[in-house]
Amino acid sequence: MESSKVIQAIYNDDDVLLSAVKKVKSEKHHIEEIYTPFPVHGLDKAMGLAPTRIAIASFMYGCVGLTVAILMMNFIMIEDWPQDIGGKPSFSYIENMPAFVPIMFELTVFFAAHLMVITFYLRSRMWPFKKAENPDPRTTDDHFLMEIPVHGNENDLTALLKETGAVEINLVDKDH
Amino acid sequence: MYTFSNRLKIGAIVLMVLGALMVGYGFIDSHKSLDDVKVMLAEEASAHGGHGEVAHAELAHDNGHAKAAEHGTTHGEADAHHGDEHAEHVMHQIHNRPYSALYVAAFFFFMIALGVLAFYAIQYAAQAGWSPVLFRVMEAITYYVLPGGLIVLAIAFFADSHLFIWLKEGMTVEGHENYDALVAGKSGWLNKTGFFIRGLIFLGGWSLYRYFSRKFSKAQDQADDNRNFKKNFRISAAFLVFYIYTESMMSWDWIMSVDPHWFSTLFGWYVFASMFVSGITTIALITIYLKSKGYLEFVNDSHIHDLAKFMFGISIFWTYLWFSQFMLIWYANIPEEVTYFVTRIEDYKLPFFGMLAMNFIFPLLVLMNSDYKRIPWFVVMGGIVILVGHYIDVFNMIMPATVGDRWYIGIPEIGSVLLFLGLFIFLVFWALSKEPLLAKRNPFIKESEHFHY
Repeated sequence: MESSKVIQAIYNDDDVLLSAVKKVKSEKHHIEEIYTPFPVHGLDKAMGLAPTRIAIASFMYGCVGLTVAILMMNFIMIEDWPQDIGGKPSFSYIENMPAFVPIMFELTVFFAAHLMVITFYLRSRMWPFKKAENPDPRTTDDHFLMEIPVHGNENDLTALLKETGAVEINLVDKDH
Repeated sequence: MYTFSNRLKIGAIVLMVLGALMVGYGFIDSHKSLDDVKVMLAEEASAHGGHGEVAHAELAHDNGHAKAAEHGTTHGEADAHHGDEHAEHVMHQIHNRPYSALYVAAFFFFMIALGVLAFYAIQYAAQAGWSPVLFRVMEAITYYVLPGGLIVLAIAFFADSHLFIWLKEGMTVEGHENYDALVAGKSGWLNKTGFFIRGLIFLGGWSLYRYFSRKFSKAQDQADDNRNFKKNFRISAAFLVFYIYTESMMSWDWIMSVDPHWFSTLFGWYVFASMFVSGITTIALITIYLKSKGYLEFVNDSHIHDLAKFMFGISIFWTYLWFSQFMLIWYANIPEEVTYFVTRIEDYKLPFFGMLAMNFIFPLLVLMNSDYKRIPWFVVMGGIVILVGHYIDVFNMIMPATVGDRWYIGIPEIGSVLLFLGLFIFLVFWALSKEPLLAKRNPFIKESEHFHY
C-alpha cells in the first residue's frame, strides 16, 4: 500500500542542510523534495539529481533566435522593401550583413534567455495563478525544509533527522 | 620544485637556433635589387596574362586613331615611369618583410607575457580565491615581459622606417619629396626620441611592478603574517591603473603607428583583448603541461575549467571589440578610415577571415559545453587554435602596412615564431624552476586548493 505520509524536517542553515542531505542519502532514504529560500550550491549533486539539460535547450533556442533574425532582416530589409541606409543599397543580405549583426546577436540572446526562463518555470511546474506547493511559508524566508516519504519507519527517520540537526520535525499526511 | 628538464631545454635551444637560421635566410633572401624586382614583376605579369598591356591597348584605342601614335609615346613614358615607381615600392615591401616577420613574432610572445601580468594583477586586486595555486606559473610567464619588451624595442630601433613609415627621411620637412602633412601634424607624438622614451617608461613601469610583486610573493612564503600580501594587493591595484593607460599608448606606438594616417579610438582595448586571451590560454597550456609531468598536484580540473571559461569569455570579448571597430568603420565608409579594412579584405582575405573563425567561431563551439572545459586535450586543442589565431591577428595588424600584398607565411615568418617560441620556453621554464610551485603562505591558498565547481 502506497503511503501518503511524509516527514518534513526543517533546518535553519544551508550547511547543516547539506550535510543532513548527505547523511540521509547515505542511509538510503529517498528525499522527495527540498524547499529553500535561495539556491544552495551543490544541493542537486548531494541529492543525486540528474544534471540539468537546460543548457542544451538554451543553445537550441539561441539557434532559433539567430534564424528568426536572419529571415526577418532578409525579408524586411532586402526582399519586401529594399532600403538604402548609409549608402549601401546592395540588395544582398550577405553584403549588408555587418549592419544586421547587432540584431542577430540581440535576438539570439532574447530567444535564448526568455525561452530558457519559460522552460525553467514550466519544468518546475510553475505557471500564473498556480497555488503554491510550498508546505511552509518559512521556507521563503530563512528556513530549509526537507521532505521524506514515510513507509512505516517514522521513528527511525525522526531519530536520524534529529541527529542531523533538524530544528523541527513534523509528520504530515498529504491527503488532507 | 620544478626542474627544467634537459629535453625541454635542448628543445628550446634547437627552436632558437633553427629560428635564427631561418630568420637569417629571410634577411639574405630579401636583398633584392631594383632590377631583380623588375624581372620578378615582369614574370608575374606574364603569368597573369598581361593585364597591363590589355588595359593600355584599350586606352590608346579610346583616344582615337588619329592621335594614337603621339599618345602612345607619352603614355608609354608615363607608364614606364609608373612602372619604376611601382617596382621600387615592391622592392621596399620585399625588404620590409623579414623585419616585419621578426617584429610580429616578437610582439606576439611579448604580448602573451604582458597579458598574463595584467591577469595576475587582477587576481591580487580582486583578492581572488580560486587562482593562487597558479601564481607561480603566472610569475614565470611574466618573467618574459622585460626581455621580450626590450627585444621588441630593439627590433623597432633597427628596423626603423622598414616598419614605421613615419620615420622615413623628410616626412615632416615641408617641401621635401617625402613630406606628409598628416604625419607632420602628428610629429609631436610620433617621433623617434619620444617613441623610445615612452617605450622605456612603459616597460620600466611594468617591470617594476613585476619585480616587486614577485618579491612580495616570495617573501609571503616565509612570512607569518599577511603584510606582503597586502602590499601586493596595493601595488597590483596601482599597477592596473598604470597598465590600462600605458597599454593603450603602447598599442598606438608599437602597432597602430605602422599606419600613421589611420586611427581607431578603441584600438588599445582591442589589442588588450588579444593579449589577455593569449595570456590566459598560455597559463592553461603550461598548467596542463606541468600537470601531465606530475607537477602541480594541487591544481584540479576546476582550475582548468575556470581558465577555459576565461578563454571562452575573452574570445567573445575580443570578437565584440573587433566587430565594434569593424562595423563602425565599414558603416561610416569614410575614405581615411575604411582603407584599413579595404586593404585587409582585398589582400589578406584568408588571414583576415580565417582569424575570425579561429578566434571566435572555433572557441565558441569547442569551449561552449561545460564538460569540455575540464577535458585537458580539448582545452589544449582550443588553446593552440586561439594562439595561432592571435598570432595571425598581430600579423594582420602589422603586415598590410609594411609589406602590402607581398605577404606570405613562409620561412621568415615561421623562423621568427620558432626563434621567439624557443626563447619564451627557455626563459619561462627557467624562471619556473627557481621557486617552489606552490605559493604556500598566500592567505587564499587553502581556498584555492579546495576550489571546486
